[in-house]
Amino acid sequence: MSATGIGAPVRRKEDQRFITGKGQYTDDINRAGQAYAVFVRSPHAHATIKRIDTQAAAKSPGCLAVYTGADIAADKVGGLICGWMIHSKDGSPMKAGAHPVLAQGKVRYVGDHVAVVIGETLAQARDAAERVTVDYEALPAVVDVATAQSAGQAQIHAEAPGNTVYQWHLGDKAAVEAAFGNAKHVTKIDLVNNRLIPNAIEPRAAIGEYDPGQDSLTLHTTSQNPHVARLVLAAFIGLAPEHKLRVIAPDVGGGFGSKIFIYAEEVVCLWAARKIGRPVKWTGDRTEAFLADAHGRDHVTTAELALDGEGKILALRVKTKANLGSYLSTFASSVPTYLYAPLLSGQYNIPAIYCEVDGVYTNTAPVDAYRGAGRPEATFVVERLMEVAARQTGRDPAEFRRKNFVTSFPHATPVIMTYDAGDYEASMRKALELADYAGLPARKAESAKKGMKRGIGFSAYIEACGIAPSQAVGSLGAGVGLWESAEVRVNPTGSVEVLTGSHSHGQGHETTFAQLVSQRLGIPIDQVTVVHGDTDKVQFGMGTYGSRSGAVGMSAIFKAADKVIVKAKKVAGFVLEVPEESVDFKDGIFSSTATNKTLTFPEVALQAYIAHKFSGAQLEPGLKEGAFFDPTNFTFPSGVHICELEIDPETGTTRIDRWTAVDDFGTLVNPMIVEGQVHGGVAQGVGQAMLEGAVYDRNGQLITASFMDYTMPRAGDLPSIKIAMTSTPCPSNPLGIKGCGEAGAIAAPPAVINAITDALGHEDIAMPATPLAVWRAAQKSPTKMAAE
Amino acid sequence: MYAFQYHRPQSVADAAKLLASNSEAKLLAGGHTLLPTMKQRLAAPKAIVDLARIAELKGIDKKGNALVIGAMTTHAEVADSAIVRSAIAGLAEVAAVIGDPHVRHRGTIGGSVANNDPAADYPAALLALGATIATNKREIKADDFFKGLFTTALQDGEIIARISFPVPAKFGYAKFPNPASRYALVGVAVAQTGSGVRVAVTGAGKDGVFRHTAAEAALGKGWSAQALSGLTTDANLMMSDIHADAAYRAHLVGVMARRAVA
Ligand SMILES: Cc1cc2nc3c(=O)[nH]c(=O)nc-3n(C[C@H](O)[C@H](O)[C@H](O)COP(=O)(O)OP(=O)(O)OC[C@H]3O[C@@H](n4cnc5c(N)ncnc54)[C@H](O)[C@@H]3O)c2cc1C
Repeated sequence: MSATGIGAPVRRKEDQRFITGKGQYTDDINRAGQAYAVFVRSPHAHATIKRIDTQAAAKSPGCLAVYTGADIAADKVGGLICGWMIHSKDGSPMKAGAHPVLAQGKVRYVGDHVAVVIGETLAQARDAAERVTVDYEALPAVVDVATAQSAGQAQIHAEAPGNTVYQWHLGDKAAVEAAFGNAKHVTKIDLVNNRLIPNAIEPRAAIGEYDPGQDSLTLHTTSQNPHVARLVLAAFIGLAPEHKLRVIAPDVGGGFGSKIFIYAEEVVCLWAARKIGRPVKWTGDRTEAFLADAHGRDHVTTAELALDGEGKILALRVKTKANLGSYLSTFASSVPTYLYAPLLSGQYNIPAIYCEVDGVYTNTAPVDAYRGAGRPEATFVVERLMEVAARQTGRDPAEFRRKNFVTSFPHATPVIMTYDAGDYEASMRKALELADYAGLPARKAESAKKGMKRGIGFSAYIEACGIAPSQAVGSLGAGVGLWESAEVRVNPTGSVEVLTGSHSHGQGHETTFAQLVSQRLGIPIDQVTVVHGDTDKVQFGMGTYGSRSGAVGMSAIFKAADKVIVKAKKVAGFVLEVPEESVDFKDGIFSSTATNKTLTFPEVALQAYIAHKFSGAQLEPGLKEGAFFDPTNFTFPSGVHICELEIDPETGTTRIDRWTAVDDFGTLVNPMIVEGQVHGGVAQGVGQAMLEGAVYDRNGQLITASFMDYTMPRAGDLPSIKIAMTSTPCPSNPLGIKGCGEAGAIAAPPAVINAITDALGHEDIAMPATPLAVWRAAQKSPTKMAAE
Repeated sequence: MYAFQYHRPQSVADAAKLLASNSEAKLLAGGHTLLPTMKQRLAAPKAIVDLARIAELKGIDKKGNALVIGAMTTHAEVADSAIVRSAIAGLAEVAAVIGDPHVRHRGTIGGSVANNDPAADYPAALLALGATIATNKREIKADDFFKGLFTTALQDGEIIARISFPVPAKFGYAKFPNPASRYALVGVAVAQTGSGVRVAVTGAGKDGVFRHTAAEAALGKGWSAQALSGLTTDANLMMSDIHADAAYRAHLVGVMARRAVA
């Protein structure tokens, strides 16, 4: 391993600019003549719009334009789309209402876009926006996913009777029923997977621009996938043809999924820029982020696990209601279906699984993918069930898991996936050792002496990452393929630009991708620049989410770099005057058994461009190659996290004392960055388990609409995390990478709740386990957990 | 934010004049409450009178048996002050648990007291210690100053100049922070003063900071956590929100009172 190659903990190249304030985020960019957009948003969760009076606003100083849904409709601007078709059990396609970018006669959540005001300055646009008067007729709001489908509830979209978007299922119902019939023990739990608000540090922003000379549009936006944004804006919303639309996602300050989606504000800024003939900028404020960024999770689930007398799992049955919010966001439909149920087998041999999911509309912000997307929800179901089942049958939770681990690969689960590689026992063994599981009874006794309750919780998670084989997702309803593309452009002096369709918004691609290329081409890492986030530079790409940029994005780069080497060897053959087949390339040096002369990579690059040593008939000049990589399977990162905590029953305060994370991510490109991803993921998962929760009141007002009420995890909420790795390289990509971006957020919530319920001695607590919730739960007496 | 006029007087007298001549003027101290509300357009003062350059509002002093803190003294200055630590160490602790470092380096004792947020920490300390609030016009006892949620005895044009704390025999403060905001979900200050035991509770009461007479009576009989073991607090008088219902707050008042004494 070289000091900067694969496996080296190289310091992040991009951090110099980020920590010295030299990053260029969308809001840092200002275009000549730029005007400012402010959105008039609905204060009602559900209402019809009787009239919008824009007269006073239009006369307000500095107001350039006021547009409403009528203007959007008149210009035939399309609505937002949901790119994944789900079919119900009965074969019918999902029932989706329209998702207009500015309300068409009705608003469906607090924060819904009603009108936009464009002003010379931001303050003037705000002043004018206050002068837009909207006459609403309030309708009853539907807020609670558990009851949204009940008779008598208000109807949110005419297209979706009973507010039901789909009633989907996966698995073999009959086999599951038969297995439950034979069970010696059944563990049943009811769970709520709490709704989360992503809260990236950089709020969303957009600048739309129109060039009348070229008749083309440019959008700067906070996106995790600018090419997908361009595709949707061109092909579905119809703002401009793809070749007349440039989308740039510059530095982006965190996304966690919320910046995958195509949002109304981006569409409106682009459209309005053409209308007023000036660039139009919008930067969301924190309140808008709370109200109108896509939220995450929000499931209500009943799950049952059937066991035989030996503690072997026979079957799993799951019924989930998933809150999709008021409109279907870009990938909303896929998250509680194909990103969820296929993970319900966990790390275990489960012969039969049946899962039913109702996708439900409510008068709340749209819900879509959020770090982990479906997989944290699945892991929460499986790992809570495993823990409770172990307790109910009097088994050690670690032993019970071991007994049911998948041990041979490939392993086909009953829910689509085929696990390709893993060693679950190795992670468990290491985790137990690092967590000093043997010393737990003594620590529990020590806590009890102080009046504290100590508990331990396991989470043996698995995820499907490296999203995703295009054919596979196509057969499941995806509207796109999920390969990745790359181009390696070698300059005549031997420095390299790597163009990637992945997008970095905190992941450190400028470093890790450069590590790969510098190692492959044998050039110093500072000779490699990574270019991403601009549709005029990078030909196409599917973006970054689902822990896919290492496994899929880097594999494309790997392929392109290989092609560069093949071509460079040809060039070297001509220069060295030896047969091409005799040329060897290693550590940046071209050599041949046929000569004792050698060439460096930059020397060959120069020869490729000056083209003096070969004729046009023999070889094309230049050194630039592209590649697309489409994975043949998902990747399956897995691991064991153990949380140990102490509860003060007097106050309900819970202090996490130790956190052990043993993960199998396959090949690690940069272990320092991987650890950072685990830290962040665990923090987010602990946030979900103990702190975060979006609360709407009965009328659909978001109560947790600021940091005064929405609790984000802070450094002090976490202990120093013990991290260790096991590795079974992924066989379905050339680098053996599995992905690490979501693991912590997937693993953490059940580990925390399993630890809290262990400490409390009963299972009756929901996320977030706030001090209030824990204090209340601590009032209840422990239930006896013996085998019945 | 809406447009406003900005003034930065050098003396309390000048500040008072500016207030008197601008009916819609607001004093600006650390700005940690005022500026966010202005940014959200929830407050729209026509003029701002910034107290930042008024030297007479700053500083910490020991005068006889009293600790005197200027209104524009930041929470960080109080937390770090050797004078405060030696006179009323627990008061430095009160300042040290307010917000986060940013807040403590901007927020001021005068601003906090004038604002009388029902979840702020200082009001409990002032009330328990029997402090006196000196304004440009008069002196007001803490018992007469805090009048309910965000309401004080301050009249139009009145500027807090300094706060004087008689040094107690004993003082302690225990805070249970709101998980999100880190303001007090329940904060209890206990003091043994020349005029007896005083216990004040912030964060919990429907009407803001209040004196807990039952706790005072119990501690009057013996200064120990045990003396408070049977203490109850009427949940009907407690606030209720997503972070804590009234029963939980009432319970925490007892727990925090015992921890403040210990
Ligand atoms: C994120 C955050 C967390 C916080 N956490 C806590 C916490 O845990 N505990 C806590 O107690 N507080 C907390 N605060 C509040 C903060 O500590 C300040 O005390 C508070 O904002 C008021 O002080 P200020 O100096 O900022 O006043 P400003 O915001 O400048 O003014 C507040 C009000 O007081 C008036 N005023 C200011 N000075 C005077 C004066 N000398 N005479 C008369 N009127 C005056 C102003 O006109 C205004 O109406 C927090 C604030 C923030 C932003």
